[in-house]
Amino acid sequence: MNGIGGVIAAVLVAGAQIAAVAVGGPLLVGVMRKVRCHIEGRVGPPIHQPLRDLRKLFSKQRMRPDQASWVFGVGPVVLVATAVLIAAISPLATTRPPLGQTADFFAIVFVLLLGSVALALAALDTGTPFGGMGSSRAMTIGALAEPALLVAILAMSIPAHTSNLPALVRIGLAHPQLIASPERFLALGSFLVVILAESGRLPVDNPSTHLELTMIHEAMVLEYAGPDLGLVILGESMRLALLLGLLVNLLIPWGIADRPGAAALVIGLGALVGKVVVAGIAIATFEVFTAKLRLFRLPELLAGAFVLAVVGAFTALVIR
Amino acid sequence: MTIRSILQAIVHPRTVTEDLGPPSQVAADVPRLAGSLQLRHVDAGSCNGCELEITSTFGPVYDAERFGARLVASPRHADALLVTGPVTKNMVGPLVKTFEAMPEPRMVIALGDCARDCGVFRGGYGVEGPVGDVLPVDLQVPGCPPNPEAIVRALRGLTGR
Repeated sequence: MNGIGGVIAAVLVAGAQIAAVAVGGPLLVGVMRKVRCHIEGRVGPPIHQPLRDLRKLFSKQRMRPDQASWVFGVGPVVLVATAVLIAAISPLATTRPPLGQTADFFAIVFVLLLGSVALALAALDTGTPFGGMGSSRAMTIGALAEPALLVAILAMSIPAHTSNLPALVRIGLAHPQLIASPERFLALGSFLVVILAESGRLPVDNPSTHLELTMIHEAMVLEYAGPDLGLVILGESMRLALLLGLLVNLLIPWGIADRPGAAALVIGLGALVGKVVVAGIAIATFEVFTAKLRLFRLPELLAGAFVLAVVGAFTALVIR
Repeated sequence: MTIRSILQAIVHPRTVTEDLGPPSQVAADVPRLAGSLQLRHVDAGSCNGCELEITSTFGPVYDAERFGARLVASPRHADALLVTGPVTKNMVGPLVKTFEAMPEPRMVIALGDCARDCGVFRGGYGVEGPVGDVLPVDLQVPGCPPNPEAIVRALRGLTGR
Protein backbone atom coordinates (compact mmCIF):
# COMPACT_ATOMS: atom_id res chain seq x y z
CA MET A 1 0.00 0.00 0.00
CA ASN A 2 1.65 3.22 -1.07
CA GLY A 3 0.84 6.48 -2.78
CA ILE A 4 -2.32 8.51 -2.54
CA GLY A 5 -4.53 5.52 -3.41
CA GLY A 6 -3.11 3.58 -0.50
CA VAL A 7 -3.83 6.43 1.88
CA ILE A 8 -7.42 6.71 0.67
CA ALA A 9 -7.89 2.95 1.01
CA ALA A 10 -6.47 3.04 4.54
CA VAL A 11 -8.75 5.91 5.51
CA LEU A 12 -11.76 4.05 4.09
CA VAL A 13 -10.89 0.86 5.99
CA ALA A 14 -10.37 2.77 9.23
CA GLY A 15 -13.59 4.73 8.64
CA ALA A 16 -15.55 1.53 8.03
CA GLN A 17 -14.24 -0.05 11.23
CA ILE A 18 -14.87 3.09 13.31
CA ALA A 19 -18.39 3.45 11.91
CA ALA A 20 -19.12 -0.23 12.57
CA VAL A 21 -17.98 0.09 16.18
CA ALA A 22 -19.65 3.48 16.81
CA VAL A 23 -23.04 2.35 15.47
CA GLY A 24 -22.63 -1.31 16.36
CA GLY A 25 -21.64 -0.66 20.00
CA PRO A 26 -24.96 0.94 21.03
CA LEU A 27 -26.86 -1.61 18.94
CA LEU A 28 -24.98 -4.42 20.69
CA VAL A 29 -26.09 -3.00 24.05
CA GLY A 30 -29.65 -2.87 22.66
CA VAL A 31 -29.46 -6.51 21.54
CA MET A 32 -28.16 -7.57 24.96
CA ARG A 33 -30.98 -5.70 26.71
CA LYS A 34 -33.53 -7.26 24.37
CA VAL A 35 -32.23 -10.77 25.03
CA ARG A 36 -32.33 -10.13 28.73
CA CYS A 37 -35.89 -8.76 28.60
CA HIS A 38 -37.01 -11.68 26.44
CA ILE A 39 -35.76 -14.25 28.94
CA GLU A 40 -37.35 -12.28 31.80
CA GLY A 41 -40.73 -12.44 30.04
CA ARG A 42 -40.80 -8.78 28.99
CA VAL A 43 -41.09 -7.21 25.59
CA GLY A 44 -38.30 -4.76 26.25
CA PRO A 45 -37.23 -1.62 24.40
CA PRO A 46 -36.42 -1.90 20.69
CA ILE A 47 -32.86 -2.80 19.73
CA HIS A 48 -32.12 0.72 18.48
CA GLN A 49 -33.25 2.34 21.75
CA PRO A 50 -29.63 3.16 22.82
CA LEU A 51 -29.15 5.07 19.55
CA ARG A 52 -32.38 6.97 20.20
CA ASP A 53 -31.18 7.80 23.72
CA LEU A 54 -27.86 9.03 22.31
CA ARG A 55 -29.57 11.23 19.72
CA LYS A 56 -31.65 12.82 22.47
CA LEU A 57 -28.67 13.27 24.83
CA PHE A 58 -26.63 15.06 22.15
CA SER A 59 -29.52 17.51 21.63
CA LYS A 60 -29.81 18.35 25.32
CA GLN A 61 -28.29 21.18 27.29
CA ARG A 62 -24.61 20.89 28.23
CA MET A 63 -24.61 21.11 32.01
CA ARG A 64 -21.59 20.83 34.26
CA PRO A 65 -21.33 21.16 38.06
CA ASP A 66 -20.00 24.53 39.26
CA GLN A 67 -17.06 22.92 41.02
CA ALA A 68 -15.95 20.89 38.01
CA SER A 69 -12.61 21.70 36.34
CA TRP A 70 -11.49 20.94 32.79
CA VAL A 71 -10.78 17.33 33.78
CA PHE A 72 -14.53 16.73 33.97
CA GLY A 73 -15.05 17.76 30.37
CA VAL A 74 -11.96 15.98 29.02
CA GLY A 75 -12.78 12.57 30.55
CA PRO A 76 -15.56 11.53 28.15
CA VAL A 77 -13.65 12.90 25.14
CA VAL A 78 -10.58 10.80 26.01
CA LEU A 79 -12.81 7.78 26.55
CA VAL A 80 -14.33 8.07 23.07
CA ALA A 81 -11.03 9.09 21.42
CA THR A 82 -9.20 6.01 22.71
CA ALA A 83 -12.06 3.79 21.55
CA VAL A 84 -11.98 5.41 18.09
CA LEU A 85 -8.21 4.97 17.85
CA ILE A 86 -8.41 1.29 18.75
CA ALA A 87 -11.34 0.78 16.37
CA ALA A 88 -9.23 2.23 13.55
CA ILE A 89 -6.07 0.13 14.00
CA SER A 90 -7.41 -3.17 15.37
CA PRO A 91 -8.01 -6.27 13.22
CA LEU A 92 -11.81 -6.17 13.44
CA ALA A 93 -13.04 -6.48 9.85
CA THR A 94 -9.65 -6.97 8.18
CA THR A 95 -6.32 -8.46 9.22
CA ARG A 96 -4.57 -5.57 7.51
CA PRO A 97 -5.92 -2.44 9.22
CA PRO A 98 -4.14 0.88 8.58
CA LEU A 99 -1.14 1.31 10.91
CA GLY A 100 -1.66 -2.33 11.86
CA GLN A 101 2.02 -2.73 12.66
CA THR A 102 1.52 -0.31 15.59
CA ALA A 103 -1.41 -2.29 16.98
CA ASP A 104 0.54 -4.16 19.59
CA PHE A 105 -1.78 -5.97 21.98
CA PHE A 106 -0.02 -4.56 25.04
CA ALA A 107 -0.27 -1.03 23.64
CA ILE A 108 -3.97 -1.50 22.88
CA VAL A 109 -4.61 -2.54 26.47
CA PHE A 110 -2.84 0.53 27.79
CA VAL A 111 -4.72 2.83 25.43
CA LEU A 112 -7.96 1.29 26.66
CA LEU A 113 -6.79 1.83 30.22
CA LEU A 114 -6.12 5.48 29.41
CA GLY A 115 -9.85 5.90 28.77
CA SER A 116 -10.75 4.21 32.07
CA VAL A 117 -8.31 6.37 34.02
CA ALA A 118 -9.57 9.55 32.33
CA LEU A 119 -13.13 8.70 33.38
CA ALA A 120 -12.07 7.81 36.93
CA LEU A 121 -10.22 11.15 37.28
CA ALA A 122 -13.23 13.00 35.85
CA ALA A 123 -15.49 11.31 38.40
CA LEU A 124 -13.17 12.38 41.23
CA ASP A 125 -13.11 15.92 39.86
CA THR A 126 -16.60 16.94 40.97
CA GLY A 127 -15.94 15.90 44.55
CA THR A 128 -19.22 14.06 44.99
CA PRO A 129 -19.01 11.09 47.35
CA PHE A 130 -20.44 8.66 44.81
CA GLY A 131 -18.02 9.73 42.12
CA GLY A 132 -15.04 9.09 44.38
CA MET A 133 -16.47 5.78 45.50
CA GLY A 134 -17.08 4.67 41.93
CA SER A 135 -13.58 5.72 40.87
CA SER A 136 -11.94 3.89 43.73
CA ARG A 137 -13.89 0.72 42.97
CA ALA A 138 -13.27 0.92 39.23
CA MET A 139 -9.52 1.42 39.76
CA THR A 140 -9.39 -1.46 42.26
CA ILE A 141 -11.02 -3.75 39.72
CA GLY A 142 -8.83 -2.37 36.96
CA ALA A 143 -5.68 -2.97 39.00
CA LEU A 144 -6.74 -6.58 39.52
CA ALA A 145 -7.88 -7.16 35.94
CA GLU A 146 -4.94 -5.65 34.08
CA PRO A 147 -2.27 -8.15 35.27
CA ALA A 148 -4.54 -11.02 34.25
CA LEU A 149 -4.98 -9.49 30.82
CA LEU A 150 -1.26 -8.82 30.38
CA VAL A 151 -0.32 -12.40 31.26
CA ALA A 152 -3.11 -13.67 28.98
CA ILE A 153 -1.63 -11.68 26.11
CA LEU A 154 1.78 -13.10 26.96
CA ALA A 155 0.33 -16.62 26.80
CA MET A 156 -1.13 -15.92 23.37
CA SER A 157 1.97 -14.25 22.01
CA ILE A 158 4.53 -16.90 23.06
CA PRO A 159 3.53 -19.54 20.46
CA ALA A 160 2.90 -16.88 17.80
CA HIS A 161 6.25 -15.14 18.50
CA THR A 162 4.52 -11.76 18.27
CA SER A 163 2.18 -9.61 20.31
CA ASN A 164 1.06 -7.63 17.28
CA LEU A 165 -2.73 -8.01 17.11
CA PRO A 166 -3.24 -8.20 13.33
CA ALA A 167 -0.34 -10.68 13.15
CA LEU A 168 -1.91 -12.78 15.93
CA VAL A 169 -5.18 -12.95 13.99
CA ARG A 170 -3.37 -13.72 10.70
CA ILE A 171 -1.36 -16.51 12.33
CA GLY A 172 -4.61 -17.90 13.73
CA LEU A 173 -6.05 -17.98 10.22
CA ALA A 174 -2.96 -19.65 8.78
CA HIS A 175 -2.37 -22.12 11.61
CA PRO A 176 -5.68 -23.08 13.26
CA GLN A 177 -3.83 -25.54 15.52
CA LEU A 178 -2.51 -22.50 17.45
CA ILE A 179 -6.09 -21.51 18.30
CA ALA A 180 -7.08 -25.02 19.38
CA SER A 181 -4.15 -25.10 21.83
CA PRO A 182 -4.71 -25.17 25.60
CA GLU A 183 -2.82 -21.93 26.23
CA ARG A 184 -5.07 -20.01 23.80
CA PHE A 185 -8.22 -21.31 25.50
CA LEU A 186 -6.88 -20.52 28.96
CA ALA A 187 -5.81 -17.05 27.86
CA LEU A 188 -9.14 -16.31 26.16
CA GLY A 189 -11.04 -17.53 29.23
CA SER A 190 -9.04 -15.06 31.28
CA PHE A 191 -9.64 -12.37 28.64
CA LEU A 192 -13.39 -12.96 28.84
CA VAL A 193 -13.46 -12.41 32.61
CA VAL A 194 -11.41 -9.24 32.14
CA ILE A 195 -13.88 -8.02 29.49
CA LEU A 196 -16.79 -8.54 31.89
CA ALA A 197 -14.89 -6.63 34.59
CA GLU A 198 -13.68 -3.79 32.37
CA SER A 199 -17.02 -3.16 30.67
CA GLY A 200 -18.98 -3.30 33.91
CA ARG A 201 -21.14 -6.33 33.22
CA LEU A 202 -22.47 -8.91 35.66
CA PRO A 203 -21.16 -10.54 37.84
CA VAL A 204 -18.75 -7.64 38.44
CA ASP A 205 -21.07 -4.66 38.09
CA ASN A 206 -24.79 -4.43 37.38
CA PRO A 207 -25.31 -2.08 34.40
CA SER A 208 -29.02 -1.56 35.17
CA THR A 209 -28.78 -0.82 38.89
CA HIS A 210 -30.36 2.24 40.48
CA LEU A 211 -28.88 1.71 43.92
CA GLU A 212 -26.01 4.13 44.40
CA LEU A 213 -24.25 1.96 46.96
CA THR A 214 -23.94 -1.03 44.62
CA MET A 215 -22.77 1.00 41.65
CA ILE A 216 -19.29 0.90 40.21
CA HIS A 217 -19.32 2.34 36.72
CA GLU A 218 -22.68 4.08 37.02
CA ALA A 219 -21.53 5.89 40.18
CA MET A 220 -18.74 7.55 38.18
CA VAL A 221 -21.10 9.07 35.63
CA LEU A 222 -23.87 10.30 37.97
CA GLU A 223 -22.83 13.93 37.47
CA TYR A 224 -22.74 13.81 33.67
CA ALA A 225 -25.60 15.32 31.69
CA GLY A 226 -26.57 15.86 28.07
CA PRO A 227 -23.80 15.61 25.43
CA ASP A 228 -21.14 14.67 28.02
CA LEU A 229 -23.28 11.76 29.18
CA GLY A 230 -23.88 10.83 25.55
CA LEU A 231 -20.11 10.61 24.98
CA VAL A 232 -19.66 8.44 28.08
CA ILE A 233 -22.42 6.05 27.02
CA LEU A 234 -21.11 5.95 23.45
CA GLY A 235 -17.55 5.34 24.64
CA GLU A 236 -18.57 2.56 27.01
CA SER A 237 -20.63 0.73 24.40
CA MET A 238 -17.80 1.12 21.84
CA ARG A 239 -15.35 -0.40 24.31
CA LEU A 240 -17.64 -3.37 24.90
CA ALA A 241 -18.00 -3.93 21.15
CA LEU A 242 -14.23 -3.55 20.64
CA LEU A 243 -13.26 -5.99 23.37
CA LEU A 244 -15.81 -8.55 22.21
CA GLY A 245 -14.68 -8.04 18.60
CA LEU A 246 -11.06 -8.72 19.55
CA LEU A 247 -12.08 -11.76 21.61
CA VAL A 248 -14.09 -13.38 18.82
CA ASN A 249 -11.41 -12.64 16.22
CA LEU A 250 -8.76 -14.28 18.39
CA LEU A 251 -11.03 -17.28 18.97
CA ILE A 252 -12.73 -17.63 15.56
CA PRO A 253 -10.84 -15.52 13.02
CA TRP A 254 -12.60 -17.03 9.96
CA GLY A 255 -14.59 -14.57 7.88
CA ILE A 256 -12.24 -11.65 8.54
CA ALA A 257 -10.87 -9.99 5.35
CA ASP A 258 -7.34 -11.28 4.75
CA ARG A 259 -6.69 -9.52 1.45
CA PRO A 260 -7.39 -5.99 0.22
CA GLY A 261 -10.61 -5.21 -1.64
CA ALA A 262 -14.06 -3.84 -0.90
CA ALA A 263 -15.83 -7.21 -1.21
CA ALA A 264 -13.56 -8.88 1.36
CA LEU A 265 -14.01 -5.91 3.70
CA VAL A 266 -17.81 -6.12 3.46
CA ILE A 267 -17.70 -9.87 4.17
CA GLY A 268 -15.31 -9.15 7.05
CA LEU A 269 -17.70 -6.58 8.53
CA GLY A 270 -20.62 -8.99 8.19
CA ALA A 271 -18.66 -11.78 9.86
CA LEU A 272 -17.60 -9.43 12.66
CA VAL A 273 -21.19 -8.33 13.32
CA GLY A 274 -22.39 -11.94 13.32
CA LYS A 275 -19.68 -13.15 15.70
CA VAL A 276 -20.02 -10.22 18.10
CA VAL A 277 -23.82 -10.53 18.21
CA VAL A 278 -23.56 -14.23 19.05
CA ALA A 279 -21.04 -13.41 21.81
CA GLY A 280 -23.30 -10.60 23.10
CA ILE A 281 -26.34 -12.88 23.20
CA ALA A 282 -24.32 -15.48 25.10
CA ILE A 283 -23.16 -12.91 27.67
CA ALA A 284 -26.69 -11.47 28.07
CA THR A 285 -28.10 -14.98 28.63
CA PHE A 286 -25.38 -15.66 31.19
CA GLU A 287 -26.20 -12.36 32.95
CA VAL A 288 -29.86 -13.27 33.45
CA PHE A 289 -28.89 -16.29 35.53
CA THR A 290 -26.11 -14.54 37.45
CA ALA A 291 -26.21 -12.32 40.50
CA LYS A 292 -23.71 -9.56 41.12
CA LEU A 293 -20.79 -10.73 43.23
CA ARG A 294 -20.08 -9.02 46.51
CA LEU A 295 -17.36 -6.44 46.08
CA PHE A 296 -15.05 -8.36 48.41
CA ARG A 297 -15.49 -11.54 46.36
CA LEU A 298 -14.37 -9.82 43.16
CA PRO A 299 -10.62 -10.23 43.85
CA GLU A 300 -11.24 -14.00 43.94
CA LEU A 301 -12.87 -13.94 40.51
CA LEU A 302 -10.12 -11.78 39.03
CA ALA A 303 -7.42 -13.83 40.76
CA GLY A 304 -9.01 -16.83 39.09
CA ALA A 305 -8.66 -15.09 35.75
CA PHE A 306 -5.03 -14.33 36.59
CA VAL A 307 -4.34 -17.98 37.46
CA LEU A 308 -5.91 -19.09 34.17
CA ALA A 309 -3.62 -16.72 32.31
CA VAL A 310 -0.52 -17.80 34.25
CA VAL A 311 -1.27 -21.47 33.64
CA GLY A 312 -1.76 -20.61 29.98
CA ALA A 313 1.59 -18.82 29.81
CA PHE A 314 3.41 -21.74 31.47
CA THR A 315 1.68 -24.20 29.16
CA ALA A 316 2.84 -22.17 26.19
CA LEU A 317 6.40 -22.15 27.51
CA VAL A 318 6.47 -25.87 28.37
CA ILE A 319 4.88 -27.10 25.14
CA ARG A 320 7.24 -25.11 22.97
CA MET B 1 -56.59 -22.16 31.80
CA THR B 2 -56.03 -25.87 31.82
CA ILE B 3 -53.64 -27.58 34.21
CA ARG B 4 -51.46 -28.40 31.23
CA SER B 5 -51.14 -24.76 30.24
CA ILE B 6 -50.39 -23.74 33.82
CA LEU B 7 -47.63 -26.36 34.06
CA GLN B 8 -46.33 -25.20 30.72
CA ALA B 9 -46.22 -21.61 31.95
CA ILE B 10 -44.21 -22.74 34.98
CA VAL B 11 -41.74 -24.81 32.97
CA HIS B 12 -41.44 -22.39 30.09
CA PRO B 13 -42.68 -18.91 31.00
CA ARG B 14 -43.44 -16.71 28.06
CA THR B 15 -43.75 -13.01 27.66
CA VAL B 16 -46.16 -11.76 30.32
CA THR B 17 -46.27 -8.19 29.07
CA GLU B 18 -49.73 -6.97 28.12
CA ASP B 19 -50.40 -5.48 24.72
CA LEU B 20 -51.56 -1.91 25.27
CA GLY B 21 -52.48 -1.10 21.69
CA PRO B 22 -51.43 1.91 19.60
CA PRO B 23 -49.99 5.01 21.28
CA SER B 24 -52.33 7.60 22.70
CA GLN B 25 -52.32 11.31 21.91
CA VAL B 26 -48.77 12.57 21.35
CA ALA B 27 -47.90 15.65 23.36
CA ALA B 28 -47.19 18.53 20.99
CA ASP B 29 -44.31 20.29 22.72
CA VAL B 30 -41.82 17.43 23.18
CA PRO B 31 -40.49 16.72 19.69
CA ARG B 32 -36.83 16.47 20.68
CA LEU B 33 -37.39 13.72 23.22
CA ALA B 34 -39.29 11.49 20.80
CA GLY B 35 -38.86 7.86 21.71
CA SER B 36 -36.57 8.37 24.69
CA LEU B 37 -37.65 9.58 28.12
CA GLN B 38 -35.47 9.29 31.20
CA LEU B 39 -37.32 9.82 34.47
CA ARG B 40 -36.04 10.82 37.87
CA HIS B 41 -38.52 9.92 40.59
CA VAL B 42 -38.77 12.04 43.73
CA ASP B 43 -41.01 11.12 46.61
CA ALA B 44 -41.96 14.53 48.04
CA GLY B 45 -44.01 13.09 50.89
CA SER B 46 -46.03 10.29 49.39
CA CYS B 47 -47.72 7.41 51.25
CA ASN B 48 -45.90 4.99 48.89
CA GLY B 49 -49.10 3.97 47.13
CA CYS B 50 -47.93 5.74 43.97
CA GLU B 51 -44.46 4.17 44.33
CA LEU B 52 -46.01 0.70 44.23
CA GLU B 53 -47.80 1.59 41.01
CA ILE B 54 -44.59 3.04 39.51
CA THR B 55 -42.75 -0.17 40.36
CA SER B 56 -45.52 -2.08 38.63
CA THR B 57 -45.37 0.25 35.62
CA PHE B 58 -41.76 -0.74 35.01
CA GLY B 59 -42.36 -4.40 35.91
CA PRO B 60 -42.77 -7.20 33.38
CA VAL B 61 -46.56 -6.85 32.96
CA TYR B 62 -46.79 -3.19 31.96
CA ASP B 63 -43.15 -2.82 30.90
CA ALA B 64 -43.02 0.92 30.21
CA GLU B 65 -39.41 0.46 29.05
CA ARG B 66 -40.65 -0.89 25.71
CA PHE B 67 -42.01 2.60 24.95
CA GLY B 68 -38.65 4.24 25.65
CA ALA B 69 -39.29 5.42 29.22
CA ARG B 70 -36.75 4.51 31.87
CA LEU B 71 -36.08 5.39 35.49
CA VAL B 72 -32.57 6.73 36.07
CA ALA B 73 -30.41 7.18 39.14
CA SER B 74 -29.46 10.83 38.72
CA PRO B 75 -31.35 14.04 37.89
CA ARG B 76 -28.48 14.91 35.53
CA HIS B 77 -29.52 11.97 33.34
CA ALA B 78 -33.21 12.81 33.43
CA ASP B 79 -35.61 14.50 31.01
CA ALA B 80 -38.58 14.51 33.34
CA LEU B 81 -39.06 14.72 37.07
CA LEU B 82 -41.68 12.30 38.36
CA VAL B 83 -43.01 13.72 41.63
CA THR B 84 -45.34 11.81 43.93
CA GLY B 85 -47.07 12.93 47.11
CA PRO B 86 -47.87 16.37 48.54
CA VAL B 87 -44.72 18.47 48.89
CA THR B 88 -43.81 18.44 52.56
CA LYS B 89 -41.97 21.38 54.11
CA ASN B 90 -38.76 19.36 54.41
CA MET B 91 -38.85 18.26 50.78
CA VAL B 92 -39.28 21.69 49.15
CA GLY B 93 -35.53 22.32 49.06
CA PRO B 94 -34.44 18.89 47.79
CA LEU B 95 -37.22 18.92 45.16
CA VAL B 96 -36.22 22.32 43.77
CA LYS B 97 -32.53 21.34 43.83
CA THR B 98 -33.31 18.14 41.92
CA PHE B 99 -35.21 20.12 39.31
CA GLU B 100 -32.37 22.63 38.97
CA ALA B 101 -29.86 19.79 38.47
CA MET B 102 -31.71 18.58 35.37
CA PRO B 103 -30.49 19.73 31.95
CA GLU B 104 -32.90 21.50 29.58
CA PRO B 105 -35.33 20.61 28.08
CA ARG B 106 -36.89 19.33 31.30
CA MET B 107 -40.39 18.48 32.39
CA VAL B 108 -42.24 17.89 35.64
CA ILE B 109 -44.87 15.17 35.99
CA ALA B 110 -47.17 15.37 39.03
CA LEU B 111 -48.20 11.79 39.68
CA GLY B 112 -51.27 11.03 41.78
CA ASP B 113 -53.90 13.15 43.47
CA CYS B 114 -51.59 14.22 46.31
CA ALA B 115 -49.08 15.71 43.88
CA ARG B 116 -51.89 17.52 42.06
CA ASP B 117 -53.85 19.00 44.98
CA CYS B 118 -52.47 17.45 48.20
CA GLY B 119 -55.37 14.94 48.29
CA VAL B 120 -56.19 13.72 51.80
CA PHE B 121 -53.17 15.55 53.18
CA ARG B 122 -54.50 19.00 52.30
CA GLY B 123 -54.07 21.39 55.21
CA GLY B 124 -51.69 19.10 57.08
CA TYR B 125 -49.23 20.94 59.31
CA GLY B 126 -46.21 19.51 57.52
CA VAL B 127 -47.53 20.09 54.00
CA GLU B 128 -46.25 23.00 51.96
CA GLY B 129 -48.66 22.48 49.04
CA PRO B 130 -49.11 20.63 45.76
CA VAL B 131 -46.21 20.22 43.32
CA GLY B 132 -47.63 23.03 41.19
CA ASP B 133 -46.86 25.54 43.99
CA VAL B 134 -43.15 24.68 43.91
CA LEU B 135 -42.36 23.72 40.30
CA PRO B 136 -43.92 24.32 36.86
CA VAL B 137 -45.95 21.15 36.24
CA ASP B 138 -46.17 20.00 32.61
CA LEU B 139 -48.26 16.87 33.03
CA GLN B 140 -50.65 15.58 35.67
CA VAL B 141 -51.66 11.98 36.20
CA PRO B 142 -54.81 11.77 38.37
CA GLY B 143 -55.69 8.86 40.63
CA CYS B 144 -55.20 7.73 44.21
CA PRO B 145 -53.06 5.95 43.28
CA PRO B 146 -53.16 6.12 39.45
CA ASN B 147 -53.13 2.60 38.08
CA PRO B 148 -50.21 1.46 35.93
CA GLU B 149 -52.26 1.70 32.73
CA ALA B 150 -52.82 5.42 33.40
CA ILE B 151 -49.12 5.98 34.13
CA VAL B 152 -48.05 4.11 30.99
CA ARG B 153 -50.59 6.10 28.96
CA ALA B 154 -49.16 9.37 30.26
CA LEU B 155 -45.58 8.31 29.60
CA ARG B 156 -46.47 7.16 26.08
CA GLY B 157 -47.94 10.58 25.46
CA LEU B 158 -44.47 11.99 26.20
CA THR B 159 -42.36 9.42 24.35
CA GLY B 160 -44.78 9.33 21.42
CA ARG B 161 -44.49 5.54 21.09
